[in-house]
Amino acid sequence: MTRALPLLVLSTSLIPACLIFFLAEKSARMRTVINLSGAIAKLALVAIMLEGVRSGATYEFRHTLLPGLELVLRVDPLALLFLTLSAFLWFLTTIYAIAYFHNGKDLSRFFGFFSLCVAATTGIALSGSFVTFFIFYELLTLATWPLVIHNGDQASISAGRRYLVYTMCGSALLLAAIVWLESLVGPIEFARRNALAGLDEWTLRLAFALLVAGLAVKAAMVPLHGWLPNAMVAPAPVSALLHAVAVVKAGAFGIVRVIYDVYGVALVDGIGVGLPLAVMASLTIVYGSLRALQQNDIKRRLAYSTVSQVSYIVLGASLFGPYATIGGLAHLVHQGLMKITLFFCAGSLAKQIGVTRIDQLDGVAHRMPLTMSAFSIAALGMIGIPPIAGFISKWYLGFGAVQAGQAWVLLVLAASSLLNAAYLLPLLARAWLRSSPEPTSEKRNPESDRWLIWPPLITAAAALAAGVFAGFVYSPLSWATLIISETYTP
Amino acid sequence: MLLDLAAPDFPWIALSVAIPLFAALIAALSSALAPVVAMIAALLCLGAALWTAVLVTTHGAQEVAVGAWPPPLGIVLRADGLAVAMLITAGLVSIAAFAFARQAFSARTQTPETRSAYSFWPLGLCVLAGVNAAFVSNDLFNLYVALELTTIAAAALVAMSGSRAAFEAAIRYLMFALLGSLFYLLGVVLTYSTHGVLDIRLLAISAESGPSTIAAAALMSAGLMTKMALFPLHAWLPPAHSAAPAPASALLSALVVKPPFVILLRIWFEAMPELVTPTLAQAFGALGACGVLLGSILAMRQERLKLVVAYSTVAQLGYLVLVFPLAGGGGAQQPWAAGAWTGAIFLTLSHALAKGAMFLAAGAFVEARGNDRLDSLVGLAREMPISCFAFGLAAVSLMGLPPSGGFTGKYLLLTSSFASGQWWWGIVLVVGGLLSAVYLFGPLSLMFAREPALAVTPVSRARQSIALLLGLLSILLGLFSEAPYRLLQVDRPGAAAEGFT
Repeated sequence: MTRALPLLVLSTSLIPACLIFFLAEKSARMRTVINLSGAIAKLALVAIMLEGVRSGATYEFRHTLLPGLELVLRVDPLALLFLTLSAFLWFLTTIYAIAYFHNGKDLSRFFGFFSLCVAATTGIALSGSFVTFFIFYELLTLATWPLVIHNGDQASISAGRRYLVYTMCGSALLLAAIVWLESLVGPIEFARRNALAGLDEWTLRLAFALLVAGLAVKAAMVPLHGWLPNAMVAPAPVSALLHAVAVVKAGAFGIVRVIYDVYGVALVDGIGVGLPLAVMASLTIVYGSLRALQQNDIKRRLAYSTVSQVSYIVLGASLFGPYATIGGLAHLVHQGLMKITLFFCAGSLAKQIGVTRIDQLDGVAHRMPLTMSAFSIAALGMIGIPPIAGFISKWYLGFGAVQAGQAWVLLVLAASSLLNAAYLLPLLARAWLRSSPEPTSEKRNPESDRWLIWPPLITAAAALAAGVFAGFVYSPLSWATLIISETYTP
Repeated sequence: MLLDLAAPDFPWIALSVAIPLFAALIAALSSALAPVVAMIAALLCLGAALWTAVLVTTHGAQEVAVGAWPPPLGIVLRADGLAVAMLITAGLVSIAAFAFARQAFSARTQTPETRSAYSFWPLGLCVLAGVNAAFVSNDLFNLYVALELTTIAAAALVAMSGSRAAFEAAIRYLMFALLGSLFYLLGVVLTYSTHGVLDIRLLAISAESGPSTIAAAALMSAGLMTKMALFPLHAWLPPAHSAAPAPASALLSALVVKPPFVILLRIWFEAMPELVTPTLAQAFGALGACGVLLGSILAMRQERLKLVVAYSTVAQLGYLVLVFPLAGGGGAQQPWAAGAWTGAIFLTLSHALAKGAMFLAAGAFVEARGNDRLDSLVGLAREMPISCFAFGLAAVSLMGLPPSGGFTGKYLLLTSSFASGQWWWGIVLVVGGLLSAVYLFGPLSLMFAREPALAVTPVSRARQSIALLLGLLSILLGLFSEAPYRLLQVDRPGAAAEGFT
């Protein structure tokens, strides 16, 4: 059972993907059944493993690719943090997407790649060796591309091209760095630490730079972020998944793995690459926020906000203090919950009442109060208003930075929070305080489709709960603390 | 038991040559029977190859002395891991190509005056017999005969459509190929006059490096490089492979270019490893790198899908000869030996499967749209999802992305290049992968585009699935690479692990 569980949890998305590809376009009901049963099965398996891992169990699946080179799926607390997030959000996004695409076209293809995308994310979370990680990291690139260009118009195709240029170049760097290190020390597994001890300092530095550059493309760190704002031409459920769990998080998660499991904190500290990375992350945080301010398109503003927010995770990991790391890891989940809420709501606004630009937001909250309530909770959380989840992340990051002797990070956090407020509060103000320019007597209630309403409400509630009940044993914060205390301190 | 099939002396190896030759004879006599006979022959070849693989893994390399005469008097057919892996791949690709061709070239669907139905089947079977013979032959002259059989049949396949362009491409191909044969034969004659033997394993014992041995090896290599379209002798390949009808293109690009490479490996790694100097190895690598870069850049500039796919073959064949500088490259830290040698063969196998899939998918597109211009691909992701998926899977393998046989091969070659400090070949591998992404994602993007809507002739799902299965195999080769890896290690030459020292 401990051997089969990781494979089972992977197949809960992989098998639906393979089945859905071959479904006829018109069998919508069958597609929904397969999708949701996969998602529910996954949630159940994740729940089993959460309980098991907390009581100290490990689950591991191995498959030999070449003698000595193995595909390793391993469930450790860090893997489970990411896996739980993706399983939970996949379930909600699937529900949302089914409602969003009601009577749409090419849906078998869409949901096939959608499930494949989630399978790739699952694989990334569970990867126990560097090669396994790379396999799923590339699968993610390939599975996401058809989703980005799903609309098939000129803008989508060119956004897709841009996405590929960035991610393929990033993967090439990543592959070169992985193979370089493995040619020196043999295949690298995450559970076997200190594999790199004894290598030349400059080799380590250069390889670290290549690895981080390769991963930073997906994590959308400046200056490698150029693909992300364009990719928002994708349908809303795709953007939601891309920004909250799938692509950007895969990059950030990879950087965390490299720092903690491939190099190890001591080695990263020893070769002095932590500080430069923290500076890069800080620059990204501030730059992303500044660019977000300039956008008038709602999804574009949210996309730049992602650029900024994902680097909190990298910042936390590169500061080394236990509190900063806990903050960064908790933010991996917190940002996912908040950002997916924002994108769900932006999608509903665009679909139901055609609002895509900020200057169209006037009085929208009176037309779609539930949607905008969810949006507001998530936006306030992003800014860092207590007791919503975003506050917890920022608090721990700031505390950890001081603890690590890097007080300048406080300035970054303060500036970023101000900027977050500057680019998100005007949206709320317009939506709630202004009145709608046109008469709001709509023929039908724009919130009549409850499957577009529930997912953002649930994720917003989850973001709120993650903050309020941060002390609960299964809260993202407690889990991040568990990772740090059990895994990283001897 | 009347016939002890598992007995070590049952000539399984000879069957993989004899069956397609015999079937070619029947197919030439009766065009009505041809499609069925060809399919049965290909299936039997695959079966014989698989059974040989079982024998090879359990008992080691298998040998059959034809007519029971041992070398140097007689000739020997020999199946080691490399040969068996190639036999299996040839069987799979030809089954797919024959299955796809059934509808296009069956006697019932053709008017009496078209020749294709009569010519495709015997020619395709001759190609299969020729490549199989080349994989299992161990005698330099016997190899020459196998190469000639393959080339002549292949050139006829190119000319089959009867158009002027196809005819010119075929003539050009034939000129290059005959030149290649001439060089190769000269090399063989020189070897024979120097050493008095032609058997590769006997040569390995008797060969001493002298001027005439070096000249012989150089001549044979030049001939083989022409036939495998290695840069700068690649010009004949794209027009020839794109002019042939799709199932023939699949045979040509997937199979026909492979025996020359395998023979090149056998000559240098098995017969004369001590002749390879570091300079020579680097020179081979440089030609390969030029092929990768030039083939990729030219592939980007094409406006017809079949030409893109054909130029991609030029690029992919370039990777294979990187095995010369990388062989034996510093594998001290690796849990496997012979990384580069095995990697190059993994690339060979996965290229065969992926390129076969890609040409068959292209064939389906041509049938649907009536031409193979890139801008006719628009909208096919909705109309022919199966073929597009097949094209995509094949593309993943050709780009060397995981999980695919192409990735396994590239990973092994890359590891050798970094471990031996020859990072420049690593850059070639990585950049080559990026370039292939450029020319393969271009057509894929067009398939996803929605405007403008074009007319489509339906192609049955069953026929589209053939390419999909072949593409899937090239992916599975990467996921389940342990068994093929172990097979390839059976009786591998010493130089594969130790390099040329």
